[in-house]
Amino acid sequence: MTTTTSTAGAVPTAPRRPQNLWVEAGQRLLGNAAGRIGLTITLALLALALFIPIVMPYNPATDRNLRLRLVAPAWTLSADEREQRTLSRTDIPFGTDDLGRDIFTRVLHGTRISLTAGVLAVSLAVIVGSLLGLVAGFVGGWFDTVAVWIMDLMLAFPSILLAIVIVSVAGPSLFNALLAVSIVEIPIFGRIARSTVLSIREQEYITAARAVGVPSHSILFRHVLPNSLAPMMVQATLSIATAIINIAALGFLGLGAQPPQPEWGSMLAQARNFVGQGMWWYSTFPGLAIMITVLGFNLLGDGLRDALDPRLKR
Amino acid sequence: MAQYILRRLLGLIPVLLGIAFLVFMMLRLIPGDPATIMLGERSTDEQRINLRAQLGLDRPLFFNTTGEGNLFDSQYFSFMGRTLQGDLGTSIMRRTSVAEELKTFFPATLELTIAAMLIATTVGIITGVLSATRRGSLFDAGSMTFALVGVSMPIFWLGLMLQYLFAVNLGWLPISQRLSPDLSRGFQGITGLYTIDGLLRGRPEITLDALHHLLLPAVTLATVPMAIIARMTRSAMLEVLGQDYMRTARAKGLRDQVVVVRHALKNALLPVVTVIGLQLGLLLSGAILTETVFSWPGIGTWILNGILARDYPIVQGGILFVATVFVLVNLLVDLSYAWLDPRIRY
Repeated sequence: MTTTTSTAGAVPTAPRRPQNLWVEAGQRLLGNAAGRIGLTITLALLALALFIPIVMPYNPATDRNLRLRLVAPAWTLSADEREQRTLSRTDIPFGTDDLGRDIFTRVLHGTRISLTAGVLAVSLAVIVGSLLGLVAGFVGGWFDTVAVWIMDLMLAFPSILLAIVIVSVAGPSLFNALLAVSIVEIPIFGRIARSTVLSIREQEYITAARAVGVPSHSILFRHVLPNSLAPMMVQATLSIATAIINIAALGFLGLGAQPPQPEWGSMLAQARNFVGQGMWWYSTFPGLAIMITVLGFNLLGDGLRDALDPRLKR
Repeated sequence: MAQYILRRLLGLIPVLLGIAFLVFMMLRLIPGDPATIMLGERSTDEQRINLRAQLGLDRPLFFNTTGEGNLFDSQYFSFMGRTLQGDLGTSIMRRTSVAEELKTFFPATLELTIAAMLIATTVGIITGVLSATRRGSLFDAGSMTFALVGVSMPIFWLGLMLQYLFAVNLGWLPISQRLSPDLSRGFQGITGLYTIDGLLRGRPEITLDALHHLLLPAVTLATVPMAIIARMTRSAMLEVLGQDYMRTARAKGLRDQVVVVRHALKNALLPVVTVIGLQLGLLLSGAILTETVFSWPGIGTWILNGILARDYPIVQGGILFVATVFVLVNLLVDLSYAWLDPRIRY
C-alpha cells in the first residue's frame, strides 16, 4: 500500500523507475510481522529437515533402549533419579517413549517426514489442479462442465473424510496418505486456475496489449501467468499447512505413516495410550511440533497474501 | 425465492448421485478380491463365495448383458434401488442392519457437534466484539494471538492435552465416553441425545453426568471454529465501527452498549454467519478425530472401526450418510443468507 501512495505523490516529471514486482513483494512480506515470523519458522524447519539426518543420523527400526522406558524429560527429574539412570540434566529433553526411544530425536527427524509429505502433496495438487483448471477454462464446452462437476463433487465431501475413503481403499501407508491428501486439494487449485483464466481473458489490459501488437505468447507469459501465480502461491502455502495437519491426522487414526517411522501423527497415536497414566511428555512434544509447523505456514501464507495482493488486505 | 430453493434442490441430485457412485465404486476399486480382504487369508473358499454372493459381487457391474433376465439386474442398479429405500446393507462383523447402527451412533455425533457449535459461536462472537471495541488493548492482543494459534491447532493433540490436564492431573472431568458406567447401565434413551433424554426420563443426574462428559470433547471440537469466528467477528466489527452512522448513534446520546450490540454487531453479523456456516460442515471432519480421542461412540469412531475391520458395508453406508448431511447443511447455510440479508435476491 505504501508504495502505491508514494508513486501517486511523486512529482510527475520524474517517474520512478519501475521496480521488479517480486522484489517489491518480498519487501512487503518482510515488512509484515506475520510474514516475518512465518518465514523465520518455515526456514528454520526447512534447515532442520535438511541437516538433521546429516548431523544426527537415526535408524528408527533399531533404535530402542528398554532400560529407559517411559522416562520423563531429564530436566524434570530430581538429581537422585537422574543418577539412578546415569542421565545428565541435558539428556532426553523430551523424555522417552514406551520402547525407550528418545522423543527429542524422533520429533526432530519427524520434521523431514512431515515437511516432505506436505510439500509433495501440495506440489502434486498444484500441478494437476492448475493444469485441469487452465485447460477447462481455456477449452470450455463439455470438458469444462465435466471438470467443474467433478471438482464440485470432491468439494462436497468433508476433506478428511474423502482422504479416509481413499486410504481405506488403497491401504494405510505414509505414501497413500500423501496421495489422498493431495487428491483432496486438487479441486481447490483447479478452481483458482480456472477462474484466473476466465477473468483475465476479458481484462482490458489484455485487449490493450493485443491492440499495441504484443504477441500472444508474450501476453500469456507476461500478463496471464503472473496473475495466476500470486493467488496460487498464497493458496499453496496455506494448503501445505492443511496438508501437514491432515497427513498427521491420518497417521493419528492409524491410516498414515506406520510405526516405527518417527511421523508426528503416528507418534501421537502411540502416545494416546499413555495419557491416562500421566505420561504427559510422550504426547506433548510431537503435537507441539505439528502446531508450530502449521502455524509457521499459516503465518507465511497470510503474509504472502498481503504482500502479493494488496487488494485483498483487510 | 421458492424458485431458487427448487433450483438448488434439483441441483443436489447430480451431486448426490455422484457421491453414491463414488461410494459404490469404492469396494470395486480395492486391489485384489474384496471378500478375501474382508475375511482374511485364512478363510475357506466357501466363506468367500458366500460373502461375494451376499455383497452381490458375483453379479454384473452395471448392465446385465448375459441375455438372461432384466438388463438392469446388476450390482449398480440394485445398490441404488436399495439405497433409495433406505437399506444400506448389513454389517459383516455384527450381521446387523447398517441403517439401524446409524440410528444408534448418529445422535452421539449430533450432540457433540451441536455443543461444539454453541461454544464456538458464543465464545467466538463475544471475544471478537470485545477485541474490536478494545482495539489495541492487552485483551485484544492476547485473544487474537490465542485465535491465531487456535486456527493452527491439531485438535487430536489438543484433545490429548485437555485429557491429561483436566481428567488425569486435576481429576475434574471424565476422560472418555458419554456417561459413567453405573448410570449408563440399563438407561434407555429416547432421542439419543443424553443431555435431553435425562430430563425427558425425569433423571436429572443423567443430564448432569452427560454434560460433564460432553464438556472436554465439545471444547476440543469447538477450538478451531471458535478461533476463526473470533477473528472474523473482530474484523467485521472494526469495519462497521468506522462507519458514519456509528458516530451518529453516539452523537444522539445512545449508551455505548446499545451502539455496539444493536447498531454495530447486527450489521457485522452477516460475514460472521457465512463463516459459521462454513464451519458447520468442517465440524463433521473434526468430529471423526475428536471422537477417536475421547472414545465417543459416534459416527466417526463407527466409520473408523469399520475401516480398520474392513467392514465395508459400514464404511459405505457411513460415508454416504455423512456426505449427504454435509451437502444438505451447506445448502441450508446458503439459503439462510437470503433470509438474513434482504439485499440478496435470487
